[in-house]
Amino acid sequence: MSSSAETTSLHATGELAHHFETIDQQNQSAALGMWAFLVQEVMFFGGLFTVYLVYRTLHPGAFAEGSHHLPVDVGTFNTAVLIGSSLTMALAVRCAQLGEGKKAALLIYATMALALVFMGVKGVEYSHKWHDSLVPGLKWHPEAGADAHLNLFFALYFVMTGCHALHMLIGLVLMVFVARKAWRGGYTRANFLGVECLGLYWHFVDLVWIFLFPLLYLLHAPGGGH
Amino acid sequence: MSGDSHVLPLRTYIAVFLALLVGTALTVWASQHDFGAFNDPIALAIAGTKAALVVLFFMHVKYQTKLIWVFATAGFVWLLIFFVLILADYRTRVPVAGWGG
Repeated sequence: MSSSAETTSLHATGELAHHFETIDQQNQSAALGMWAFLVQEVMFFGGLFTVYLVYRTLHPGAFAEGSHHLPVDVGTFNTAVLIGSSLTMALAVRCAQLGEGKKAALLIYATMALALVFMGVKGVEYSHKWHDSLVPGLKWHPEAGADAHLNLFFALYFVMTGCHALHMLIGLVLMVFVARKAWRGGYTRANFLGVECLGLYWHFVDLVWIFLFPLLYLLHAPGGGH
Repeated sequence: MSGDSHVLPLRTYIAVFLALLVGTALTVWASQHDFGAFNDPIALAIAGTKAALVVLFFMHVKYQTKLIWVFATAGFVWLLIFFVLILADYRTRVPVAGWGG
Protein backbone atom coordinates (compact mmCIF):
# COMPACT_ATOMS: atom_id res chain seq x y z
CA MET A 1 0.00 0.00 0.00
CA SER A 2 1.25 3.48 -0.85
CA SER A 3 1.67 5.96 1.93
CA SER A 4 -0.25 9.21 1.61
CA ALA A 5 2.95 11.19 0.96
CA GLU A 6 3.82 8.83 -1.87
CA THR A 7 0.28 9.08 -3.22
CA THR A 8 0.49 12.85 -3.23
CA SER A 9 3.75 12.79 -5.19
CA LEU A 10 2.33 10.27 -7.67
CA HIS A 11 -0.67 12.54 -8.17
CA ALA A 12 1.71 15.44 -8.72
CA THR A 13 3.74 13.62 -11.39
CA GLY A 14 0.58 12.46 -13.14
CA GLU A 15 1.52 8.81 -12.72
CA LEU A 16 -1.57 8.35 -10.57
CA ALA A 17 -4.76 9.79 -12.09
CA HIS A 18 -6.53 12.21 -9.77
CA HIS A 19 -9.66 10.06 -9.52
CA PHE A 20 -7.71 7.14 -8.03
CA GLU A 21 -6.50 7.01 -4.46
CA THR A 22 -3.74 4.45 -4.82
CA ILE A 23 -1.62 2.86 -7.53
CA ASP A 24 -3.14 -0.52 -6.63
CA GLN A 25 -6.60 0.82 -7.31
CA GLN A 26 -5.48 2.33 -10.62
CA ASN A 27 -3.77 -0.90 -11.73
CA GLN A 28 -6.72 -3.08 -10.80
CA SER A 29 -9.21 -0.78 -12.52
CA ALA A 30 -7.18 -0.85 -15.72
CA ALA A 31 -6.82 -4.64 -15.60
CA LEU A 32 -10.53 -5.06 -14.97
CA GLY A 33 -11.46 -2.75 -17.84
CA MET A 34 -9.08 -4.56 -20.17
CA TRP A 35 -10.54 -7.94 -19.17
CA ALA A 36 -14.07 -6.67 -19.77
CA PHE A 37 -12.93 -5.78 -23.29
CA LEU A 38 -11.21 -9.13 -23.76
CA VAL A 39 -14.29 -11.06 -22.62
CA GLN A 40 -16.18 -9.15 -25.29
CA GLU A 41 -13.51 -10.34 -27.74
CA VAL A 42 -14.06 -13.91 -26.51
CA MET A 43 -17.72 -13.43 -27.44
CA PHE A 44 -16.78 -12.07 -30.87
CA PHE A 45 -14.52 -14.99 -31.75
CA GLY A 46 -16.92 -17.30 -29.89
CA GLY A 47 -19.54 -16.55 -32.51
CA LEU A 48 -17.14 -17.61 -35.25
CA PHE A 49 -16.13 -20.76 -33.36
CA THR A 50 -19.83 -21.59 -32.96
CA VAL A 51 -20.44 -21.33 -36.71
CA TYR A 52 -17.42 -23.61 -37.17
CA LEU A 53 -18.82 -26.08 -34.64
CA VAL A 54 -22.25 -26.24 -36.27
CA TYR A 55 -21.06 -26.59 -39.87
CA ARG A 56 -18.39 -29.09 -38.94
CA THR A 57 -21.06 -31.11 -37.10
CA LEU A 58 -23.21 -31.09 -40.23
CA HIS A 59 -20.41 -31.65 -42.77
CA PRO A 60 -17.48 -33.43 -41.06
CA GLY A 61 -16.15 -34.81 -44.36
CA ALA A 62 -15.89 -31.37 -45.98
CA PHE A 63 -13.94 -30.01 -42.99
CA ALA A 64 -11.49 -32.91 -42.93
CA GLU A 65 -10.94 -32.54 -46.68
CA GLY A 66 -10.45 -28.79 -46.38
CA SER A 67 -8.03 -29.21 -43.49
CA HIS A 68 -5.84 -31.45 -45.65
CA HIS A 69 -5.44 -28.56 -48.10
CA LEU A 70 -3.67 -26.52 -45.38
CA PRO A 71 0.11 -27.01 -44.95
CA VAL A 72 0.75 -28.39 -41.44
CA ASP A 73 4.46 -27.47 -41.44
CA VAL A 74 3.71 -23.85 -42.32
CA GLY A 75 0.97 -23.67 -39.68
CA THR A 76 3.29 -25.18 -37.06
CA PHE A 77 6.03 -22.69 -37.93
CA ASN A 78 3.63 -19.77 -37.61
CA THR A 79 2.30 -21.08 -34.30
CA ALA A 80 5.85 -21.16 -32.92
CA VAL A 81 6.47 -17.63 -34.25
CA LEU A 82 3.34 -16.31 -32.54
CA ILE A 83 4.22 -18.03 -29.25
CA GLY A 84 7.65 -16.41 -29.54
CA SER A 85 6.00 -13.02 -30.01
CA SER A 86 3.95 -13.63 -26.86
CA LEU A 87 7.19 -14.32 -24.97
CA THR A 88 8.86 -11.11 -26.18
CA MET A 89 5.71 -9.17 -25.29
CA ALA A 90 5.55 -10.73 -21.81
CA LEU A 91 9.21 -9.79 -21.30
CA ALA A 92 8.49 -6.24 -22.53
CA VAL A 93 5.84 -5.90 -19.81
CA ARG A 94 8.34 -7.27 -17.28
CA CYS A 95 10.94 -4.67 -18.31
CA ALA A 96 8.32 -1.93 -18.04
CA GLN A 97 7.49 -3.17 -14.53
CA LEU A 98 11.17 -2.80 -13.66
CA GLY A 99 11.31 0.70 -15.15
CA GLU A 100 13.55 -0.35 -18.06
CA GLY A 101 11.77 1.58 -20.79
CA LYS A 102 14.38 1.21 -23.53
CA LYS A 103 14.57 -2.56 -23.10
CA ALA A 104 10.78 -2.72 -23.12
CA ALA A 105 10.72 -0.76 -26.40
CA LEU A 106 13.26 -3.11 -28.00
CA LEU A 107 11.25 -6.16 -26.92
CA ILE A 108 8.10 -4.61 -28.40
CA TYR A 109 10.00 -4.09 -31.66
CA ALA A 110 11.01 -7.77 -31.52
CA THR A 111 7.34 -8.65 -31.04
CA MET A 112 6.48 -6.56 -34.09
CA ALA A 113 9.14 -8.33 -36.15
CA LEU A 114 7.72 -11.73 -35.22
CA ALA A 115 4.18 -10.52 -35.93
CA LEU A 116 5.29 -9.37 -39.39
CA VAL A 117 6.86 -12.79 -40.04
CA PHE A 118 3.55 -14.43 -39.07
CA MET A 119 1.53 -12.15 -41.34
CA GLY A 120 3.98 -12.53 -44.21
CA VAL A 121 3.69 -16.32 -44.00
CA LYS A 122 -0.10 -15.99 -43.79
CA GLY A 123 -0.02 -13.83 -46.91
CA VAL A 124 1.93 -16.49 -48.79
CA GLU A 125 -0.61 -19.10 -47.64
CA TYR A 126 -3.47 -16.91 -48.85
CA SER A 127 -1.79 -16.43 -52.23
CA HIS A 128 -1.42 -20.21 -52.61
CA LYS A 129 -5.13 -20.64 -51.92
CA TRP A 130 -5.83 -17.95 -54.52
CA HIS A 131 -3.58 -19.77 -56.99
CA ASP A 132 -5.40 -23.06 -56.22
CA SER A 133 -8.79 -21.30 -56.72
CA LEU A 134 -9.90 -22.12 -53.17
CA VAL A 135 -11.24 -18.69 -52.23
CA PRO A 136 -15.04 -18.91 -51.86
CA GLY A 137 -16.95 -16.10 -53.54
CA LEU A 138 -13.94 -14.66 -55.37
CA LYS A 139 -12.07 -17.49 -57.07
CA TRP A 140 -13.68 -20.85 -56.42
CA HIS A 141 -12.86 -23.79 -58.70
CA PRO A 142 -12.15 -26.83 -56.50
CA GLU A 143 -10.87 -29.93 -58.23
CA ALA A 144 -13.38 -32.49 -59.52
CA GLY A 145 -14.72 -34.81 -56.84
CA ALA A 146 -14.29 -32.25 -54.04
CA ASP A 147 -16.87 -32.31 -51.25
CA ALA A 148 -19.93 -30.23 -52.17
CA HIS A 149 -19.59 -28.32 -48.88
CA LEU A 150 -15.85 -27.63 -49.09
CA ASN A 151 -16.64 -23.93 -49.59
CA LEU A 152 -17.99 -23.78 -46.02
CA PHE A 153 -14.62 -24.81 -44.62
CA PHE A 154 -12.70 -22.30 -46.72
CA ALA A 155 -15.15 -19.47 -46.08
CA LEU A 156 -14.66 -20.04 -42.34
CA TYR A 157 -10.90 -20.42 -42.81
CA PHE A 158 -10.65 -17.00 -44.45
CA VAL A 159 -13.05 -15.24 -42.08
CA MET A 160 -11.50 -16.68 -38.91
CA THR A 161 -7.84 -16.27 -39.88
CA GLY A 162 -8.73 -12.91 -41.49
CA CYS A 163 -10.32 -11.57 -38.28
CA HIS A 164 -7.32 -12.88 -36.38
CA ALA A 165 -4.93 -11.14 -38.79
CA LEU A 166 -6.94 -7.91 -38.48
CA HIS A 167 -6.47 -8.10 -34.71
CA MET A 168 -2.73 -8.52 -35.25
CA LEU A 169 -2.69 -5.51 -37.55
CA ILE A 170 -4.41 -3.38 -34.89
CA GLY A 171 -1.90 -4.69 -32.34
CA LEU A 172 0.98 -3.70 -34.63
CA VAL A 173 -0.31 -0.13 -34.92
CA LEU A 174 -0.71 0.13 -31.13
CA MET A 175 2.81 -1.24 -30.65
CA VAL A 176 4.29 1.60 -32.73
CA PHE A 177 2.91 4.15 -30.27
CA VAL A 178 3.58 2.21 -27.06
CA ALA A 179 7.17 1.36 -28.07
CA ARG A 180 7.89 5.01 -28.89
CA LYS A 181 6.53 6.15 -25.56
CA ALA A 182 8.46 3.43 -23.71
CA TRP A 183 11.71 4.40 -25.47
CA ARG A 184 11.25 8.06 -24.41
CA GLY A 185 10.72 7.02 -20.79
CA GLY A 186 6.99 7.68 -20.86
CA TYR A 187 6.28 4.75 -18.55
CA THR A 188 7.41 4.45 -14.94
CA ARG A 189 7.59 1.67 -12.37
CA ALA A 190 4.39 3.07 -10.89
CA ASN A 191 2.51 3.49 -14.17
CA PHE A 192 3.22 1.23 -17.12
CA LEU A 193 -0.42 0.57 -17.95
CA GLY A 194 0.02 1.20 -21.68
CA VAL A 195 2.50 -1.67 -21.95
CA GLU A 196 0.48 -3.85 -19.57
CA CYS A 197 -2.79 -3.50 -21.53
CA LEU A 198 -1.03 -3.92 -24.88
CA GLY A 199 0.46 -7.14 -23.49
CA LEU A 200 -2.96 -8.45 -22.43
CA TYR A 201 -4.32 -7.70 -25.91
CA TRP A 202 -1.42 -9.42 -27.66
CA HIS A 203 -1.64 -12.56 -25.51
CA PHE A 204 -5.35 -12.74 -26.37
CA VAL A 205 -4.45 -12.73 -30.08
CA ASP A 206 -2.07 -15.62 -29.33
CA LEU A 207 -4.87 -17.37 -27.42
CA VAL A 208 -7.21 -17.29 -30.42
CA TRP A 209 -4.55 -18.80 -32.65
CA ILE A 210 -3.88 -21.60 -30.14
CA PHE A 211 -7.41 -22.84 -30.92
CA LEU A 212 -7.50 -21.89 -34.61
CA PHE A 213 -4.39 -23.92 -35.42
CA PRO A 214 -5.64 -27.42 -34.43
CA LEU A 215 -9.23 -26.70 -35.53
CA LEU A 216 -8.22 -25.61 -39.04
CA TYR A 217 -4.92 -27.33 -39.82
CA LEU A 218 -4.97 -30.63 -37.93
CA LEU A 219 -8.32 -32.32 -38.58
CA HIS A 220 -8.65 -36.08 -38.89
CA ALA A 221 -10.97 -37.71 -41.38
CA PRO A 222 -14.32 -38.45 -39.68
CA GLY A 223 -14.57 -41.99 -38.38
CA GLY A 224 -10.80 -42.37 -38.08
CA GLY A 225 -7.94 -42.68 -40.53
CA HIS A 226 -6.69 -39.92 -42.83
CA MET B 1 6.29 2.44 -5.22
CA SER B 2 3.89 -0.04 -6.76
CA GLY B 3 4.47 -2.86 -4.35
CA ASP B 4 1.56 -4.90 -5.70
CA SER B 5 2.81 -5.44 -9.24
CA HIS B 6 4.32 -8.91 -9.27
CA VAL B 7 7.53 -9.11 -11.23
CA LEU B 8 7.78 -12.76 -12.21
CA PRO B 9 11.23 -14.29 -12.51
CA LEU B 10 12.59 -14.60 -16.04
CA ARG B 11 12.66 -18.41 -15.79
CA THR B 12 8.86 -18.51 -15.35
CA TYR B 13 8.35 -16.85 -18.74
CA ILE B 14 10.94 -19.08 -20.42
CA ALA B 15 9.34 -22.20 -18.87
CA VAL B 16 5.86 -21.21 -20.09
CA PHE B 17 7.27 -20.42 -23.55
CA LEU B 18 8.93 -23.86 -23.75
CA ALA B 19 5.78 -25.59 -22.48
CA LEU B 20 3.78 -23.85 -25.21
CA LEU B 21 6.25 -25.06 -27.85
CA VAL B 22 6.09 -28.62 -26.48
CA GLY B 23 2.27 -28.43 -26.53
CA THR B 24 2.38 -27.33 -30.17
CA ALA B 25 4.67 -30.24 -31.09
CA LEU B 26 2.45 -32.61 -29.13
CA THR B 27 -0.75 -31.54 -30.89
CA VAL B 28 0.90 -31.88 -34.33
CA TRP B 29 2.17 -35.35 -33.34
CA ALA B 30 -1.28 -36.36 -32.07
CA SER B 31 -2.86 -35.20 -35.33
CA GLN B 32 -0.68 -37.67 -37.24
CA HIS B 33 -1.98 -40.61 -35.22
CA ASP B 34 -5.51 -41.86 -35.06
CA PHE B 35 -7.09 -42.09 -31.63
CA GLY B 36 -10.60 -42.60 -33.00
CA ALA B 37 -13.22 -40.77 -30.96
CA PHE B 38 -10.46 -39.16 -28.88
CA ASN B 39 -8.91 -37.16 -31.75
CA ASP B 40 -10.85 -33.98 -31.00
CA PRO B 41 -10.78 -34.27 -27.19
CA ILE B 42 -6.97 -34.69 -27.27
CA ALA B 43 -6.52 -31.65 -29.57
CA LEU B 44 -8.83 -29.53 -27.42
CA ALA B 45 -7.23 -30.69 -24.15
CA ILE B 46 -3.80 -29.63 -25.43
CA ALA B 47 -5.15 -26.30 -26.74
CA GLY B 48 -7.00 -25.73 -23.45
CA THR B 49 -3.84 -26.39 -21.43
CA LYS B 50 -1.82 -24.02 -23.62
CA ALA B 51 -4.54 -21.37 -23.28
CA ALA B 52 -4.57 -21.77 -19.49
CA LEU B 53 -0.78 -21.27 -19.37
CA VAL B 54 -1.07 -18.07 -21.42
CA VAL B 55 -3.94 -16.70 -19.31
CA LEU B 56 -2.43 -17.61 -15.92
CA PHE B 57 1.20 -16.61 -16.48
CA PHE B 58 1.60 -14.38 -19.57
CA MET B 59 -1.60 -12.51 -18.71
CA HIS B 60 -0.83 -12.61 -14.95
CA VAL B 61 -4.34 -13.76 -14.00
CA LYS B 62 -2.84 -16.17 -11.44
CA TYR B 63 -1.65 -13.13 -9.50
CA GLN B 64 -4.69 -10.91 -10.00
CA THR B 65 -7.64 -10.11 -7.76
CA LYS B 66 -10.64 -12.43 -7.43
CA LEU B 67 -12.73 -9.96 -9.43
CA ILE B 68 -10.45 -10.40 -12.48
CA TRP B 69 -10.65 -14.18 -12.03
CA VAL B 70 -14.43 -13.92 -12.18
CA PHE B 71 -14.35 -11.74 -15.33
CA ALA B 72 -11.83 -13.94 -17.14
CA THR B 73 -13.59 -17.17 -16.19
CA ALA B 74 -17.11 -15.89 -16.95
CA GLY B 75 -16.29 -15.31 -20.62
CA PHE B 76 -14.97 -18.81 -21.21
CA VAL B 77 -17.63 -20.55 -19.11
CA TRP B 78 -20.40 -18.72 -20.97
CA LEU B 79 -18.84 -19.83 -24.25
CA LEU B 80 -18.82 -23.44 -23.03
CA ILE B 81 -22.50 -23.26 -22.10
CA PHE B 82 -23.20 -21.83 -25.55
CA PHE B 83 -21.30 -24.66 -27.28
CA VAL B 84 -22.94 -27.39 -25.21
CA LEU B 85 -26.49 -26.15 -25.83
CA ILE B 86 -25.89 -25.60 -29.56
CA LEU B 87 -24.41 -29.09 -29.92
CA ALA B 88 -27.18 -30.65 -27.83
CA ASP B 89 -29.59 -29.17 -30.36
CA TYR B 90 -27.78 -30.10 -33.57
CA ARG B 91 -26.69 -33.55 -32.47
CA THR B 92 -30.24 -34.57 -31.54
CA ARG B 93 -32.41 -32.68 -34.03
CA VAL B 94 -30.58 -32.68 -37.35
CA PRO B 95 -29.90 -36.04 -38.99
CA VAL B 96 -26.22 -36.28 -39.92
CA ALA B 97 -24.74 -38.86 -42.27
CA GLY B 98 -22.80 -41.56 -40.46
CA TRP B 99 -24.43 -41.04 -37.05
CA GLY B 100 -27.24 -43.52 -37.55
CA GLY B 101 -29.89 -40.79 -37.31
